[in-house]
Amino acid sequence: MTTLAIHNGRVIDPALGRDGIADVVIVDGRIARVGPNEGDMVVEAERIDATGLIVTPGFIDLHTHLREPGFEHKETIATGTLAAARGGYTTVCAMPNTQPPLDSRAAVESVLREAENSAVVRVLPIGTITRGRAGKELAPAGELASAGVVALSDDGDAVADPSLMRHALEYSTRFGLPVAQHCEDPALVRDGQMHEGWVATRLGLRGRPASAEETFVARDIALAELAGAHLHICHVSTAGSVALIAAARARGARVTAEVTPHHLTLTHEEVAFTADYRTAHYQTNAKVNPPLREEADLAALAIALRDGVIDCIATDHAPHSVGDKEIEFDIASPGLTMLETSFGLCMRLVHDGRLSLPALVERLTIGPARAWGLDARPGLEGIGTLAPGALGDVALLDPNAEWTVDPSTFASKGKNTPLGGRQLRGRVVATIFGGRLVHETDRVVAL
Amino acid sequence: MTAELTRIATGAPGTSSTSGTGWNHQDILDLDDFSVAEIEIVLALADRMREVLDRRIARVPALRGYTIVNLFFEPSTRTRASFELAGKVLGADVLSVTASTSSVTKGESLIDTVRTLRAMRTDAIIMRHSMSGAPYLAAEHTDASIINAGDGAHAHPTQALLDLYTMRSRVGDLRGKRVVMVGDISHSRVARSDMWGLAAMGADVVVCGPPTLLPRGLRASDRPAHAESAMPPVTIETDIDRALDGADVVMALRLQSERQDSGLLPSLHEYSQLYQVTQERLARAKPNHLLMHPGPKNEGIEIAGTVAAGRNSIIEEQVTNGVAVRMALLYLLSGRTESPGGAPGGMPGGEIRS
Repeated sequence: MTTLAIHNGRVIDPALGRDGIADVVIVDGRIARVGPNEGDMVVEAERIDATGLIVTPGFIDLHTHLREPGFEHKETIATGTLAAARGGYTTVCAMPNTQPPLDSRAAVESVLREAENSAVVRVLPIGTITRGRAGKELAPAGELASAGVVALSDDGDAVADPSLMRHALEYSTRFGLPVAQHCEDPALVRDGQMHEGWVATRLGLRGRPASAEETFVARDIALAELAGAHLHICHVSTAGSVALIAAARARGARVTAEVTPHHLTLTHEEVAFTADYRTAHYQTNAKVNPPLREEADLAALAIALRDGVIDCIATDHAPHSVGDKEIEFDIASPGLTMLETSFGLCMRLVHDGRLSLPALVERLTIGPARAWGLDARPGLEGIGTLAPGALGDVALLDPNAEWTVDPSTFASKGKNTPLGGRQLRGRVVATIFGGRLVHETDRVVAL
Repeated sequence: MTAELTRIATGAPGTSSTSGTGWNHQDILDLDDFSVAEIEIVLALADRMREVLDRRIARVPALRGYTIVNLFFEPSTRTRASFELAGKVLGADVLSVTASTSSVTKGESLIDTVRTLRAMRTDAIIMRHSMSGAPYLAAEHTDASIINAGDGAHAHPTQALLDLYTMRSRVGDLRGKRVVMVGDISHSRVARSDMWGLAAMGADVVVCGPPTLLPRGLRASDRPAHAESAMPPVTIETDIDRALDGADVVMALRLQSERQDSGLLPSLHEYSQLYQVTQERLARAKPNHLLMHPGPKNEGIEIAGTVAAGRNSIIEEQVTNGVAVRMALLYLLSGRTESPGGAPGGMPGGEIRS
């Protein structure tokens, strides 16, 4: 019997409505007891002093690109899950835009096998919606479901054909899988490089209009209601999308949604400017799809997250090699590495007074678990909570620690962040997965 | 004369022409980071270069031993020839390389190409590229001077400087002058750079085109308050007659036929009906207006043939001035202020007098 006792931290467990100083005791990889002085009752244990720290369930990311198989120069399951651990994440859902894509039992099982061997935290695979992500015919959702996928997505690309999307939604209901759509109409974004607005005009880059996202959000909500299916909107980025989702949910449609830390906090100005507006540059590390938007969008996203119109924060961690980014903007790969900066970046909303700390923890833990019903899956009971019997997944956080982002120290192979050199306030001090420390900083004090 | 030119060229403190603010460019990427003083330095030196160019034997050794590579990833006749001649008049070694963008997709990186050219001791690389921002990437990775000769829809700063020079030589002070650009503003790197230059010189800039060819964000109200100065101030018109009203300068922009194919215009015919710069429409402009075009022209589409060849047209003068302005820029970038190694005749000023 192995026991880990976390002493005297402020335990925030939104699922159980707990917020107060307590000890967390993990026995044999599962939560045993949570309460004041509970740790002192345990005779023999490894002990951590969490005085002054926040103790929460381990974070859950519904949107991670681990790149393996096929793009191991960008990331592997080993490096991506280590980055997750550094970011407080104990569960990551792996997007299927790998090579081969996860559109068959064999491909899904190969990821699960590799995760068994090399993953530092839990990997839950996502299957494709269409075969080969080609948007032409349905992938075998039944086969994928039985292989263990937790959702279906062609992320990176939208399923453009409305009829095929309708059928994908209808078919998914047989297996209870959410269909996670990357909402951007490819005909409207064409070869757009960034948000369509004044910054794109100044840089002479082709734009991706907000309406390219909103028309697909509206369309897919209508199709989901027709099919009676569960639609999940990936990385919502515009105020218009928020309004559509809010209206759909008010009607009772089964629509869930996620927002990324970067769409919540960074605008399209990141692409062009550092200090002043006099000189422009081309920051490929701020190139992402959907693109970084405008201040009014950021404000609407923060309110939607606070009010629960958006269920959760997902990172869309998209690691790329230097060679994928240090090239002309038009051909640079979209996406940014996010797992290791997610908490610090999201804490901006808490420090600004726009989101309470318990609400942020909710959107990082039980929020995503419930959005996809992960807590109802066999083997994942209690995920996203610190309920007795739940998985021993815990994050220790220092909400006020200031640190400077240095991509060269990332565990992720992807150093592609526009945040290099920036100061963040809020840091993950330690991560515990299944009762074992998988990440610790020197702030962790053993007792 | 020589001393004065040196001051103009280097912006040495204490000279009246530069008000103590000097030339401060290693590269020429766009005009957004040019001060008025720097623009004045270029225009003043271009005047001297124009004198050199108009000589019977237009050749001085000012840039002897200076190596310039024309690196063009997009076809170009005029800009490339203009730079090549500018370098040759100043005695530089000029090499032209036609690179294909397909080599980029084959994995031959722009950074590699630029570094290789620098390793061969190239001093300046003149770059044209179909992708916006490509010269910025090049400039970050080499200490050779990069001159942007047109990148995507973004910028064409040497064209803007030659436009400013040409306007100035005809109408003097540009403050309060109404300069109207007509055509495909969305895809025009010339329009973007001209806006910066003209705004700096105090002109009132009007851009005119069909709504599908006007980019978003040009209106100050499209930007947040903190970014008000992040774009040059312009007036936007979709009606050419209103745009041309009282114009001092009219510039027609090239319309590419592919705009029709991509659904931005119903037809070239309708475009020419609504937006062609014609003699009739120019009656609304000031009688002594200047008519310009960055070339190459589609006569009968964006500009009437009679207008292009008319008495207000200074299109050919733009082309000649382009060489002089590019000579000035190359000389400024070289950092030369005196005869290299004591060799005679390094200064174009000295040559002018000889």
